[in-house]
Amino acid sequence: MTTDTRVGSTSPGPVLPALGNPSRSRTIRDQVARVVMWLAFLVAVVPLVWILWTVVSHGGHLLMESQWWTNSQRGITSRRAGGGAVHAIQGTLIQAAVTALIAVPIAVMTAIYLVEYGRGKFAKAVSFMVDILTGIPSIVAALFIYAVWVTTFGFQRVGFAVSLALVLLMIPVVVRSTEEMLKLVPNELREASYALGVPKWKTIAKVVLPTAFSGIVTGILLGLARVMGETAPLLILGPYTKSIATNLFSGYMPTLPTMINQDRTELGQPAAVERMWGAALTLILLILLLNIAGRLVARFGSVKK
Amino acid sequence: MSTITGVTAADETPTPTSGSPLGGDAAGTGRLGDRLFGGLATGAGGLVVALVTLIGVFLLWQAIPALAHNEASFLTSREWSVGGDHPRFGIVELLWTTVASSLIAMALAVPVGVGVALFITQYAPRWLSRPAASLVDLLAAVPSIVYGLWGVLTFRAAVRPVEDFLQSKLGWFPLFAKTGISGGTIFFIGIVLAIMVLPIVTALSREVFAQTPVAHKEGALALGATRWEMIRTSVLPFGRPGVISASMLALGRALGETIAVTFIVSTLSPGNPWSWSLFNGGETFASRIANNAAEFDSPQKTGAFIAAGLVLFVLTFVVNAIARIVIERRKAFTE
Amino acid sequence: MAKRIDVSDLNVYYGQFKAVEGVTMTVEPRSVTAFIGPSGCGKSTFLRTLNRMHEVIPGGRVEGKVLLDDQDLYASDVDPVAVRRTIGMVFQRPNPFPTMSIYDNVAAGLRLNGVKGRKKLDEVVEKSLRGANLWNEVKDRLNKPGAGLSGGQQQRLCIARAIAVEPQVLLMDEPCSALDPISTLAIEDLINDLKSQYTIVIVTHNMQQAARVSDRTAFFNLAATGKPGKLVEIDDTHRIFNNPSVKATEDYISGRFG
Repeated sequence: MTTDTRVGSTSPGPVLPALGNPSRSRTIRDQVARVVMWLAFLVAVVPLVWILWTVVSHGGHLLMESQWWTNSQRGITSRRAGGGAVHAIQGTLIQAAVTALIAVPIAVMTAIYLVEYGRGKFAKAVSFMVDILTGIPSIVAALFIYAVWVTTFGFQRVGFAVSLALVLLMIPVVVRSTEEMLKLVPNELREASYALGVPKWKTIAKVVLPTAFSGIVTGILLGLARVMGETAPLLILGPYTKSIATNLFSGYMPTLPTMINQDRTELGQPAAVERMWGAALTLILLILLLNIAGRLVARFGSVKK
Repeated sequence: MSTITGVTAADETPTPTSGSPLGGDAAGTGRLGDRLFGGLATGAGGLVVALVTLIGVFLLWQAIPALAHNEASFLTSREWSVGGDHPRFGIVELLWTTVASSLIAMALAVPVGVGVALFITQYAPRWLSRPAASLVDLLAAVPSIVYGLWGVLTFRAAVRPVEDFLQSKLGWFPLFAKTGISGGTIFFIGIVLAIMVLPIVTALSREVFAQTPVAHKEGALALGATRWEMIRTSVLPFGRPGVISASMLALGRALGETIAVTFIVSTLSPGNPWSWSLFNGGETFASRIANNAAEFDSPQKTGAFIAAGLVLFVLTFVVNAIARIVIERRKAFTE
Repeated sequence: MAKRIDVSDLNVYYGQFKAVEGVTMTVEPRSVTAFIGPSGCGKSTFLRTLNRMHEVIPGGRVEGKVLLDDQDLYASDVDPVAVRRTIGMVFQRPNPFPTMSIYDNVAAGLRLNGVKGRKKLDEVVEKSLRGANLWNEVKDRLNKPGAGLSGGQQQRLCIARAIAVEPQVLLMDEPCSALDPISTLAIEDLINDLKSQYTIVIVTHNMQQAARVSDRTAFFNLAATGKPGKLVEIDDTHRIFNNPSVKATEDYISGRFG
């Protein structure tokens, strides 16, 4: 591509306008901009590499030990090394699963309402409320659940309460992503279905949703990844314990973030510090796994054209 | 993924036969399946409305008695003693720390984020642009608790010399006044927050930059513009509303970020003198609440923290609302 | 199977906008009726009112009567879903369901309406694909995605899908406008075959096509942009093309405008 065509050149004569370079200062500015963009990218990559390096170098070897994946911290004091994170991994996964189980149907149906049904004031209100929910800081969501669950009903702080707070954070993410995906389904397909005499609800359930399926799943996985790393609700609603606990409705339930938080208070103990980084790495890996799964679904699950 | 901007190809001009989905119409009928399914969908929407309303009402309901007993001015006092018969608490310090650290984060994250987005969409060689985008997205996959750990235990030491330098050279300026805080300063919180919201700014900016009509870009290039001139005259103006809304959403995240900040902040002792310095310590709304989760034992104390949470809620809401308005205006503009 | 359609004094609105005004016509059974006219004259809009597809567009409504063999399509007790099952439609752009195989696409209408039984479905799928002149081309790959076919094959797949539910009438909205000439020819041949069993209404921009495939032709026009479209005249195709009774029709056909 030529970069200079001398538009409006007044140079007379039969000589062809030279296809030379733009003026020096313009070239320099262009080069400076290029360098700045590369620098910006490098600046963004530095913390990423640094963080990952820190976590892996401090906690990586713990994950190589099989007991990390099989044992809990039961009976292991902060001074002692050993034990595993299985109790916390389990807690994190259980809470995430319950969160998804509650949030996904509500969110997907809300998105269906907004895209397929919603018109008028009520739809505007719903969309607006989803926006508000998007903006709610996790600590505020946690406070709300605390105000309901503990202050008002007088229940204990249990795993289920954490899930409820996470539901509030997950709903808007899934609503928005599902909405986008539903909007991408061509109207022609809905019309084709209607023209076959298929009722609207079956059109949505059997034609629209399957077409958008992989995109919706991707949104759910990314939303779940986001929610899994949340710590604020755990601090307020989900105290840590060192043993395996799978009951969502009674007793404390340990999770990876609270495990990190626990060991953080023992920075003087090398064993605890190692455990802390190990738990952090485990959490990153879990979230990364969900992210990758989401992207794979998006890439390979989408309908071939 | 464009979940947050809400702007996609699907927002293009609707025509009767394609474009806008077929909602709110007579495609549904009175049959049972339609009534059930439509009812479920509407019900889910209603549930969301009810939830948000409930959150507001509940928080207010819990906060008001505590505020009524408050013997200090909630909005202007720097005190924070929520227990006992004479609670005195105010948010001015929390507000300052929260806003100042978030603004620092924006000042750093927006230029870098836009730069990265331009790099990915306009400068990176083809083979690099996808991996580069994934790499930056990876920053978003790091949970905030890990940022907190890394910030306190590793990154802090690297920023200290910078802070010392600024304090010694620019100490005469109130914002950079010397404080003697060695732990997490407002400045430092800002830097960590900047790294945390960088992927948000980048992802959304990247998306709008990529949507710049080819005709605009080719138009500029055909006039003999250099690549930078092309970006300045066509990509940046087209993407500006997108960048603004991305920044607002990032700001909302920064304001509400809890755990990383909680790990980093240096709590100030009561009665310390007021300082405008960015090298002072202090707590944000979120960290104050999180740090004192153990204190939620009486309605009075809980109510005070909830009141602080409400202010944070309003703050993030305003910021998000501005983002939304900018997006809507852009949509109206492109349609 | 085929039934006749009687339309009297039909107005079509989108919200406040009157898109089509005062159409009265009769569509004969077992024949092909073509709608021609300049862009925006309301011919497609009017076509959609014949199976109430306009109602899926927000604000779409009609005034007037459409009778299918004496049954009023707009009577209050008539279910629009049932109307669409009786009167099928083929669209401008081939739109097979991307998540479904060729077989599933053809079977979709029956399956989604609750018909089960592999044997019955097998029969219908083969019959419909044969009916759409597509069977020989796809019989070995019925389980492949429908989106993998060529544009013309996709459109015939959509026709097969439409006739699988055994409609009385088949509406076609510019079914060839996205196709190359050879595929167009295949579709036109198919229309010729189908008219022995179905009442067919086709909207087309291509006047040669109207002349080739239709028995009767209706010419639509509009006074100006923003004004409602109107039916100018409907007559035997031969008459419309050789000796129309309205001047505007002659102007349009001879290429003086539109």
